[in-house]
Amino acid sequence: MQRIGVFVCWCGSNIAATVDVKAVAEAAKHEPGVVFSTDYQYMCSENGQAMIREAIKEHRLTGVVICSCSPRMHEATFRKTAVSAGLNPYMVEIANIREQCSWIHKDMAEGTEKAIILARAAIAKVHLNAPLVAGTSPVTKRALVIGGGIAGIQTALDIADAGFEVDIVEKAPTIGGRMAQLDKTFPTLDCSACILTPKMVDAAQHEKINIISYAELDSLSGFVGNFTAKIRKKARFIDETKCTGCGICTEKCPSRKGLNDFNMGLNTRGAVYIPFAQAIPNVAVIDSAQCIHFRTGKCGLCEKNCSAGAIKFDQKDEILEREYGAIVVATGFKPIDASAFNEYAYSDSPDVVTSLEFERIMNAAGPTKGKLVRPSDGKHPHEIVFIQCVGSRCTEDATKGKPYCSKICCMYTAKHAMLVREKYPDVKVHVFYIDARTPGKNFDEFYRRAVEQYDVDYIKGMVGKVSVEQDHLHVQGSDLINNEQIHINADMVVLATAIEPDPTARALGTMLTASMDTNDFFTEAHPKLRPVESPTAGVFLSGVAQGPKDIPETVAQAGAAAAKVIGLLCKNELTCNPCVAHANEALCNGCSQCERVCPYGAITYEDKEVRSPEFRGIKRIAVVNGAICQGCGACTVTCPSGAMDLKGFSNSQIMAEVDAICR
Amino acid sequence: MSLTNTVTAEDLIRISGVDPSKCMQCGKCSGACPSYDEMEYHPHQFVAMVRKGQIEKLMASDAIYQCLSCFACLERCPRNVEPAKLIEAVRVAVIRQQGMNHMTANDIPEKLDEKLPQQAIVSAMRKYSK
Amino acid sequence: MSVNQEWTPNIVAFCCNWCSYAGADLAGSGRMNYPANVKIIRIPCSCRLNPLFVLRAFQRGADGVILCGCHPGDCHYSTGNYYARRRMTMLFSMLDYLGIERGRTRVEWVSAAEGAKFAATMNDFVKTITDLGENKKLEDLRCKK
Repeated sequence: MQRIGVFVCWCGSNIAATVDVKAVAEAAKHEPGVVFSTDYQYMCSENGQAMIREAIKEHRLTGVVICSCSPRMHEATFRKTAVSAGLNPYMVEIANIREQCSWIHKDMAEGTEKAIILARAAIAKVHLNAPLVAGTSPVTKRALVIGGGIAGIQTALDIADAGFEVDIVEKAPTIGGRMAQLDKTFPTLDCSACILTPKMVDAAQHEKINIISYAELDSLSGFVGNFTAKIRKKARFIDETKCTGCGICTEKCPSRKGLNDFNMGLNTRGAVYIPFAQAIPNVAVIDSAQCIHFRTGKCGLCEKNCSAGAIKFDQKDEILEREYGAIVVATGFKPIDASAFNEYAYSDSPDVVTSLEFERIMNAAGPTKGKLVRPSDGKHPHEIVFIQCVGSRCTEDATKGKPYCSKICCMYTAKHAMLVREKYPDVKVHVFYIDARTPGKNFDEFYRRAVEQYDVDYIKGMVGKVSVEQDHLHVQGSDLINNEQIHINADMVVLATAIEPDPTARALGTMLTASMDTNDFFTEAHPKLRPVESPTAGVFLSGVAQGPKDIPETVAQAGAAAAKVIGLLCKNELTCNPCVAHANEALCNGCSQCERVCPYGAITYEDKEVRSPEFRGIKRIAVVNGAICQGCGACTVTCPSGAMDLKGFSNSQIMAEVDAICR
Repeated sequence: MSLTNTVTAEDLIRISGVDPSKCMQCGKCSGACPSYDEMEYHPHQFVAMVRKGQIEKLMASDAIYQCLSCFACLERCPRNVEPAKLIEAVRVAVIRQQGMNHMTANDIPEKLDEKLPQQAIVSAMRKYSK
Repeated sequence: MSVNQEWTPNIVAFCCNWCSYAGADLAGSGRMNYPANVKIIRIPCSCRLNPLFVLRAFQRGADGVILCGCHPGDCHYSTGNYYARRRMTMLFSMLDYLGIERGRTRVEWVSAAEGAKFAATMNDFVKTITDLGENKKLEDLRCKK
């Protein structure tokens, strides 16, 4: 029989105003096993905790029930209190009489009655509690960063600077990500490549950072501190160790049909290519779908011209198996497909471009060498219309577009407008906007400069239709402030398309068992207090994979994620959650049902010698790895023989609570 | 137009099934409207005015007959507000108050103009055959 | 149905620790009222709810049982609520077969941010059960005080 102590908290007047705490304490005294019961103004205060400690010692308590606020608030506090008095922390149960009682009920009698029932349920549960001991597991002191954009690079640099090894897995042939494609950055207008490429070099030269480019995560097993990843290194048909990045092969390649992804498909490239001049690793890659050698078996010009002998047509995908203690998701974004918005004629005219395409057109290293020309005829445009919120801020039930604000479009559109006016003062620039959203340091000032100094024509209202007419685009939109319809004959239209998570994110989320929202952004463990951690232990979030953000925010989050990873990797071992499943050997018949429902692969089977009154001999039974099990309890309900149970939330404990409530 | 004050915003919302509170006043509906220049009130104003309960002005305006029911606003609205249905509801509210003095389908053939586009006939049916 | 004026339903709510229990806490911090006859039992995940617990509650005299979990796709354990959904569907059809009113049991998805939804759900559920009246069919009379 347990010796239970009940402690009823007033929480000042938070509980005491609608619950008669004395009556609750008094009622608890008459429950079986309760040897001590009291009330106090603030149980969580130092005095309150001291009172609990003394009672545990004086009355030789084996179980403690605290009637107070939600266990989500102070369960950890009171467990520590119990430990300091020599009691097992899992012998403490909380009856939530604040959030789920005093705060929602107004009537004192009603509130008191419910509080007594909740206390009774907690007492009934404690009767069946058993001391639990948390196990430990070792930590592999290496981190995996998925995605080599600015988010991944910054996270990797910060982790590596703390002395831990980091692998960056990047699916493209080079790191750099979206930021490498940008021309200038707001609100300072400094060149994107000038600030990014030194970081890329830092990452490449860091002795603790290992860049695995042109590779993707194939599978992942394990748990926090002990992940095992299989990484598929795609065949680039180039020996990375031999290639010097001289670029001769890219010049000699006769195939010129492959679309240049780095330039958003605005021009073509050879079948063997280096994405851009500052690529890291500076190693060529062969696009086998375009390569004449792969299609016809002939050609091989690159091979003949490579003085380093780096071309390897017979290269195969390679699987690397590596162990990690922590994983950072930095998979970034892509712009949505603008062709769904046929009212903007994106598919009908090459002069309607997305902002990222415009970014490449304005970039000195882009397809036009930074000269602003119309993609259709290469002529200088005289009038450009920017349309904001293309695909952002739509309703959930809209057939196209995203419900969220993409956050960066207002600022980059102001930047584009300003850059155009700066370089080509003869070009008229119109911006159709719904709201100009500029929260951020020096952001609104930047936007105002576009309006005041650069005379950009901001029109509040949306464009209803863009139609292609002979040599121009007819843009029709409403000006909501002047209450008039605007018709503009533009040479180019730039669509500020919404951004969405990279399409690889969903599959990755499933692989990592990291939860995602309906838009495929990774969910944080707490939206305010744990913004860089995934609810899945050991998985951290960096950059736009978690939600739309600009470069400074991404870098800040990357640093925060790195700090969390460092905090984890500094530990030599981790304490596991002891509330895990376990199989009763006498009852288990090794049917494998539990293994199938376990989302973590925590259950395996062993042939064990069992000696019970019913059975003697060797039988196949389920074994739960306590370090992997997260304690969801799916197996306990699935088990047909009732062998599986969950520590801390056992069948008998929950039944006891049900009985206490229904008594 | 003294009768109009019996129609409320709730009536229009019920008739049309449109929730004007979903509107973010981006004006894409009006930007897409081919009758914009003819209409006294534009599609986005219909939504805003119903939200604010300014029904009488809308019912008294010719704008309800200048709407072509082409559904461009409904098609392009990023927030699925469907202004065309709201305009239709105002029209219906006006017609219901006028009593049963509207055209029937049989009246149409003699009034039909050879050059009338098909779309306009459909629109006329929508407008007058309630 | 003649309902005793004194009688109020007794309702057991099973809430998953990560979403719905937090949602219930949020309803509390928002001071959103719902009747005191709802008593919450915390379980780690909606998939921890053994259908037997529901039967046990009815047997012991509960008048309604509600399970709240994370929205499909948002489960902390990634797939738990899908199992819960299927199991409850099976249980509901069995209860239906036994002649237990369908309204006495319910599954509702409440996220940690949906305090208002939690309170509204509970208000609605209590009303439904009050209208249905006392659970007499499954209640084991031996369990009566």
